[in-house]
Amino acid sequence: MIKAILIFSNQGKPWLSKFYQPYSEDTQQQIIGETFHLVSKRDENVCNFLEGGLLIGRSDNKLIYRHYATLYFVFYVDSSESELGIFDLIQVFVETLDKCFENVCELDLIFHVDKVHNILVEMVMGGMVLETNMNEIVTQIDTQNKLEKSEADSQLSTCLHPQGGQSLKCEQCRKEYI
Amino acid sequence: MPAPIRLRELIRTIRTARTQAEEREMIQKECAAIRSSFREEDNTYRCRNVAKLLYMHMLGYPAHFGQLECLKLIASQKFTDKRIGYLGAMLLLDERQDVHLLMTNCIKNDLNHSTQFVQGLALCTLGCMGSSEMCRDLAGEVEKLLKTSNSYLRKKAALCAVHVIRKVPELMEMFLPATKNLLNEKNHGVLHTSVVLLTEMCERSPDMLAHFRKLVPQLVRILKNLIMSGYSPEHDVSGISDPFLQVRILRLLRILGRNDDDSSEAMNDILAQVATNTETSKNVGNAILYETVLTIMDIKSESGLRVLAINILGRFLLNNDKNIRYVALTSLLKTVQTDHNAVQRHRSTIVDCLKDLDVSIKRRAMELSFALVNGNNIRGMMKELLYFLDSCEPEFKADCASGIFLAAEKYAPSKRWHIDTIMRVLTTAGSYVRDDAVPNLIQLITNSVEMHAYTVQRLYKAILGDYSQQPLVQVAAWCIGEYGDLLVSGQCEEEEPIQVTEDEVLDILESVLISNMSTSVTRGYALTAIMKLSTRFTCTVNRIKKVVSIYGSSIDVELQQRAVEYNALFKKYDHMRSALLERMPVMEKVTTNGPTEIVQTNGETEPAPLETKPPPSGPQPTSQANDLLDLLGGNDITPVIPTAPTSKPASAGGELLDLLGDINLTGAPATAPTPAPVPQISQPSFLLDGLSSQPLFNDIASGIPSITAYSKNGLKIEFTFERSNTNPSVTVITIQASNSTELDMTDFVFQAAVPKTFQLQLLSPSSSIVPAFNTGTITQVIKVLNPQKQQLRMRIKLTYNHKGSAMQDLAEVNNFPPQSWQ
Repeated sequence: MIKAILIFSNQGKPWLSKFYQPYSEDTQQQIIGETFHLVSKRDENVCNFLEGGLLIGRSDNKLIYRHYATLYFVFYVDSSESELGIFDLIQVFVETLDKCFENVCELDLIFHVDKVHNILVEMVMGGMVLETNMNEIVTQIDTQNKLEKSEADSQLSTCLHPQGGQSLKCEQCRKEYI
Repeated sequence: MPAPIRLRELIRTIRTARTQAEEREMIQKECAAIRSSFREEDNTYRCRNVAKLLYMHMLGYPAHFGQLECLKLIASQKFTDKRIGYLGAMLLLDERQDVHLLMTNCIKNDLNHSTQFVQGLALCTLGCMGSSEMCRDLAGEVEKLLKTSNSYLRKKAALCAVHVIRKVPELMEMFLPATKNLLNEKNHGVLHTSVVLLTEMCERSPDMLAHFRKLVPQLVRILKNLIMSGYSPEHDVSGISDPFLQVRILRLLRILGRNDDDSSEAMNDILAQVATNTETSKNVGNAILYETVLTIMDIKSESGLRVLAINILGRFLLNNDKNIRYVALTSLLKTVQTDHNAVQRHRSTIVDCLKDLDVSIKRRAMELSFALVNGNNIRGMMKELLYFLDSCEPEFKADCASGIFLAAEKYAPSKRWHIDTIMRVLTTAGSYVRDDAVPNLIQLITNSVEMHAYTVQRLYKAILGDYSQQPLVQVAAWCIGEYGDLLVSGQCEEEEPIQVTEDEVLDILESVLISNMSTSVTRGYALTAIMKLSTRFTCTVNRIKKVVSIYGSSIDVELQQRAVEYNALFKKYDHMRSALLERMPVMEKVTTNGPTEIVQTNGETEPAPLETKPPPSGPQPTSQANDLLDLLGGNDITPVIPTAPTSKPASAGGELLDLLGDINLTGAPATAPTPAPVPQISQPSFLLDGLSSQPLFNDIASGIPSITAYSKNGLKIEFTFERSNTNPSVTVITIQASNSTELDMTDFVFQAAVPKTFQLQLLSPSSSIVPAFNTGTITQVIKVLNPQKQQLRMRIKLTYNHKGSAMQDLAEVNNFPPQSWQ
């Protein structure tokens, strides 16, 4: 099972953190810090698997990471996951992000954290791999986004503003109108 | 109130902060705004606020006040709200907060919602952080969704079921009927998650495992289709169709085929096919091959297949890609137990990996090398391993040193080689050697009698230059103390003898004493060594006396005590000095089973006695033990194993049971504080098997009469008997010692010995003082195992202090009632 998924910059700033086991906030921050320390020391041509640090790697947990330009993608897994499989999974995840964001770059991940979470939720659930087919994931994400958009539009469209009363603010959509 | 800013704005603002303090300020301001907005119960902007809160939580700021807001969002009708609400629930809530139970109802409703995405969200959240109560309540809904035809929901339901099973294992049965058709699905997502569900069920329950074995043919068919089918663009990863599913199926096959011949046979073909047909140029192919290899090794495959697997691993080892090499080393480690010879063929490659730059690979290679060491390759391997020890990172040195010691012990071709190896380790990684290695080494050195001169010479040379590595200095000091005469006399067969004078030897020992780098333990060793040399050296006795008396006023209490005693030895007991400081006898070795097990502390107890207790610890208890043994028609003399007592010496030892010997002698001889840790001699289980708890006896009124075992000089000892219900050969004797004189008896120690066919266990006494005038008693429990139901006889020895003098007595107890042993 996957214990945690982290994305952070070359300087250690977390852009995404998802934990699949209950850890306190302090522990979470410590894990992020420790992971960054471990991973930033690594050379370019060493293997991508590390025995974890003190906090999360005490038992048979491993740290599998990939470095893409300015970002580190880190998956903490235990022994029931295949290391090479997770290595491929990271690649699939990044390619999915690429498809959803049209040539994804770091800024996309920074400013659309919630969207990244939504994509991740379609791929990994409860620490287990849910779906690995990129197209399938993208289709589902698109449908859900459309649903959100239609809700937002419908809210605006049902509101025809004057509802009686002298107030300058519409009670329904809270927009000020003249 | 102005509309709260969007998440994007917040992120932009935070990024402009140049210092941590600025960032904190911005966040606090925003938190305040969010809090007041929550108080206003503003539905429209709630989701925006919670999104911002989640972002701040990720950066590490407290966000618990948003938990209830997440719940409100989940309860809303809008999809957007629900989405953020569930995300917030997954990030902020877990089963430790009581708030999470409020979600149960919402999730239940959402599981039956008309929109599949809402159902999906609910399943997802339940599968991520559902507590056992929630899982119990909602398991029925999940099971229903497992049977739906909507593949999007079915796959989520499958993983949710896995989580439910993990939290509440009893519910596994409930999901069984739904699994019937899972493998008939075409959709790969559903297939994948179904295999995960089946894997989880098989791992948890052997019944399920047996039940699912019949699925093996179906799984094999699916795997075949995956390999044989042509290019399928949707599931393709680097040219291989759905490698994730292949890997999962292989893993499930592994679990199903373990220990089962029929299933293993059904799989043989497909495994061979996968192993030969998969393309290995990309990582994906290697992932599948790796999984195949693991499966082949785990099931009962035919030997041809196994050879194929090991060869694949060998190929992996030569691959340029580090990941593949790491993975190969890991799997070889797993298989080295079962297929030792096959792995030996790759030994040279593995040893080369020791020189790799990558830390992870080095660690794996080191572990594997230790597993591969055997009698034939010990010399070559040791050379490599010693070289590795020299150059590796500090985090490896301790493990490597222990491993080398273990390997050397098991396979040393000659004593000299063994000692050389140990010396090499001590000099290169001296400060990383584990503490328990020191007594082991000392014991080893004493045992190789003909090497003493060589050993002490090498050790002397080693610490001449550098005496900062504590374990090395400790061993060297001890040896110099013991064999100083050999060193000075200049006889050495193995090596060129060096010319050393007594003064030079004392110089080095004194510098160890003075040096700031020496720990207290090392200093103790050095001082004792100097003392021992007083009998072995002839012309420097005065110098030794001077050194010893200087340390009589040392601040270190340990050193002070030793120095004072040695001084006393010089002054008052000079006639005993040579006897006391004699050479140590060859030590008996307790069987070790690992670097943590250490040899008894005989070698460490100082030869000098404590305070004013007259009989020195040296040879005397052994001779008394011999007496007892002789009187009972004894056997081979096994030296007494003293438990280094953790408390007062008067306590009659702890749970000490000599597993090999027949005589059980408890008690604590003179106990100089020992630097070495206590040997843990485990209790035999036989006495505890029959007795589930203590005390576990028959009724007290079992009818076995008690006896007076000993009565002399005012000291009376009574035995009362109980027989164990569950184990009829065990007799439990409770002794009570009382004192009818007018003065207390202190430091009372009770020891007992029984004939060969019995086994004895003595538990701790209630105290060590028998109060006068029969005002109280000492109670102690003895357990006797009498499998041959022979007549019980016992010889007891009592020592105590009475009226200012030490008393000691031996007695035999023959009047055991027949009911106590029949």
